[in-house]
Amino acid sequence: MLQVVELYKKFGKLQVLKGIDASFSPGKVTAVIGHNGSGKTTMIKCILGMVIPDKGEVLLRDESVVGKWKYRSELGYMPQIGRYPDNMTMGQIFDMMQDLRKGHKTELDKELVEKYCLTEMFYKKMRTLSGGTRQKVSAALAFMFNPPVLILDEPTAGLDPLASEILKEKIMVERAKGKTIIITSHIMPEVDELADDIIFMHEGSIKFHKSMLELKAETGETKIGKALGKLLS
Amino acid sequence: MLKITKYVLIDILRNRILLMYAIFLLIISLSLFSLEEDPAKAVISLLSVVLIILPLVGMIFSTTYFYNAYEFLELLLAQPLKRNTILLAQYIGLSTCLVLAFLFGVGIPVLIYYPNEIGAVLVFAGVMLSLCFAAFAFLASVSTRDKARGIGLSLLFWFYLAIMYDAIVMGIMYAFSDYPLEKIVVLFAALNPIDLARITVLLKLDISAMMGYTGAIYQDFFGNWKGIVFSSLVMAIWVVLPLWLSVRIFNKKNI
Amino acid sequence: MRIFKFFFFFLFSGIYCANARTIQVCKSCEISNLETAVELAQDGDVIRIQKGTYNINNLEINKKIRLIGEDFPILDAGFKDDGLLVTADGVEIYSIEVRNTKRGNLKDFSGIRIDGADNVIVWGVRIYNAFFGVYLSNSNNALIYGNVLVGIAPDQTSSGDGIRLWKCRNVKIIKNYVSGHRDGIYFEFAYNGEIKNNKSIKNLRYGLHFMFSDTNWFADNLFTHNGTGVAVMYSSHITMLRNGFYQNWGSASYGMLLKDIKDSRIQQNMFKMNTIALYFEGSSRVKVDSNSFMENGWALKLLSSCSQDSFLTNNFIANTFDVSTNGTLFLNYFHENYWEKYTGYDINKDKIGDVPHRPVSMYSMMVENMPFVIFFMRSFIVDLMNKAEQNIPSITPENVLDSAPRMHAFKYNASSS
Repeated sequence: MLQVVELYKKFGKLQVLKGIDASFSPGKVTAVIGHNGSGKTTMIKCILGMVIPDKGEVLLRDESVVGKWKYRSELGYMPQIGRYPDNMTMGQIFDMMQDLRKGHKTELDKELVEKYCLTEMFYKKMRTLSGGTRQKVSAALAFMFNPPVLILDEPTAGLDPLASEILKEKIMVERAKGKTIIITSHIMPEVDELADDIIFMHEGSIKFHKSMLELKAETGETKIGKALGKLLS
Repeated sequence: MLKITKYVLIDILRNRILLMYAIFLLIISLSLFSLEEDPAKAVISLLSVVLIILPLVGMIFSTTYFYNAYEFLELLLAQPLKRNTILLAQYIGLSTCLVLAFLFGVGIPVLIYYPNEIGAVLVFAGVMLSLCFAAFAFLASVSTRDKARGIGLSLLFWFYLAIMYDAIVMGIMYAFSDYPLEKIVVLFAALNPIDLARITVLLKLDISAMMGYTGAIYQDFFGNWKGIVFSSLVMAIWVVLPLWLSVRIFNKKNI
Repeated sequence: MRIFKFFFFFLFSGIYCANARTIQVCKSCEISNLETAVELAQDGDVIRIQKGTYNINNLEINKKIRLIGEDFPILDAGFKDDGLLVTADGVEIYSIEVRNTKRGNLKDFSGIRIDGADNVIVWGVRIYNAFFGVYLSNSNNALIYGNVLVGIAPDQTSSGDGIRLWKCRNVKIIKNYVSGHRDGIYFEFAYNGEIKNNKSIKNLRYGLHFMFSDTNWFADNLFTHNGTGVAVMYSSHITMLRNGFYQNWGSASYGMLLKDIKDSRIQQNMFKMNTIALYFEGSSRVKVDSNSFMENGWALKLLSSCSQDSFLTNNFIANTFDVSTNGTLFLNYFHENYWEKYTGYDINKDKIGDVPHRPVSMYSMMVENMPFVIFFMRSFIVDLMNKAEQNIPSITPENVLDSAPRMHAFKYNASSS
């Protein structure tokens, strides 16, 4: 479904991506993990078109999307920190996003809006909202347009436990519908819970790309944290 | 594009700083017009405000806005939208707000107290300067990710165009003062939007007689349609050029 | 009083003369044209011209007669030549209208030309569309009183003056209105003249012009909207009192331009809204006192070729530049003027500032030496320069200063006109 081929990216003198190859399949949650500065976010931004790779391709259904923009209607993105125009109300934000993605065909998915009870806060200005509430808005927006590919950057960071649970459930439901889902996370139990595949990145290259089952079988551990520790030691 | 602009407008029009800026301009204009018996003199004082405060505030405000809206920009970039569209829409929204604030703070008082050709030229110059310095601010903003550096860069632009440029031109012309250079001064001025705005307005005022014979030649030129077309064109270049550069940079930029 | 004695003498001289005849001229009269009337007249006669239009062509008046119009008969020169030519002493011309002289450079075509005739009076006369209005040459003791001279001068090179004097003495020019000529009034080699209560408006070059004309006196005149109000050149002992110089505004306009003037006095004049109010070049021993300079571009341009001029108790208010000079040599004297731009203080309350005022700003100095700098007027850098100068006075020219600046403006009456 989604593939990155030989991605290279250099920021100044720093080679951030050193030839990344990976493919993400439908109906699976792929967790991208790694230390800070390992290139996770840069790779995601390459997929989103926010960072333009020096070399390499991003393929969606075997078509290159580098430098294009229409393909983004097939992506749902939840940023790590959601910031919105201060003086707009939440309702206006939702209106705006619907307005901007008017071309979408399927019906709007308002499940998260309802579960997070966001409608009640539609009159509030974004400036006045807490970080957690803004994350809820980001999550709701990412799923709203039923995109076949979902990219969630640290999705549960900043959410209260209840909200996290709702989000995780939602992720599982979407996986079952056959969506391609990419998440980054530092929280290993969460990865355990959600991920089908693991991509471990280190200093700009992929150390391994394995399915959860494989990983556990190789190391004989049931928890990903321990498995990783074994694999890297 | 207009959709994004609409939401940028919704956002900025409620911005308190912009509101304060508009009211500040209004207070200055009204007090100048009511203190000065001769509205022509108030216009001269207002010209100084337009030439100094407008570019400065416009630039700082635009740069700050750009950086404050960075995450919003990221959000927009993740949507199926062209980068050109996003940046231009933001520019249009922002510059519209600055122009509206200027029209409210200076345009209305001029319309009330001095509704003639000179007033129109002053307002026109102010509008063009607002557009132009918003474009400069965008250029500074897309050139660096760091907010402090971005604001520093815009201040540098402002400092250069408002002060340094004139000092350099005076210096160069002083070095060649054996030659009759008066006619060239306006050419140099055309290369700086602030100078161009200043001279276009001054040439409309009585005070232009002090510019001597050369001033009279320019007054003839700027008085007719050719001069108006010329100064509008140069001003337009000063809007389009930095904007075009910022779009180019932005298209290749890593967010 | 002097003027009136002179005036009455001429007025009654005709009546005293017992043999005086009156010749009536009108369209239906026995004598219907002026040539015949003048031919028939003898010294001391009066020619009365009824209302109507009469063609004249360089009509010479060579007898001592009085030419009096009834309600402004029109004497039309039909663009052929001069209008009237006066060559006899003691002629009086009153209440007529002269029109349409020839224009051109062959000769100084004039409405009324007075050549080598003394004691001539021209009063209450209208002269329209003449090349020169009244032209006096080699004629002394004339009185030009209460006339209206309106020309339609197209440009400087193809137009003449309103009242022109060439080698004349003791001429009095009073209460005339001159407009639309090259120079309103022009004195060349004319001495002991008096010019009073005239209005010289919208003349192309100068409202009043002196060349090589010493010992003249002009007072209470109004000069507005001329190319330059008054130009005084190569003359000495000129007295200029209570005149108004208004709105002589343009790229090369002056309120009053002085060039090579000596021993003169400029007192109680009002200079308002002139590009350059008072310009001094090569002048010496001119005393300028009790004048007001308001809202001019430059109140005073004083070139360094001037010396021993003194400027006392003048007002300098709201001028863009108060004083500018072109060199470091400065041999003139300022004392007890009021300078609106003065920022000093008066601790001992004697109404005189305790620190001297330097009226020449650095920017005006720069403009004088590098004219292009004027294009930076109102720019931020010039504002900064002026501000810096107030705080660091050492960068202003050292040698131009008023050591006793007044704290308050003087109250002078504006020109009567």
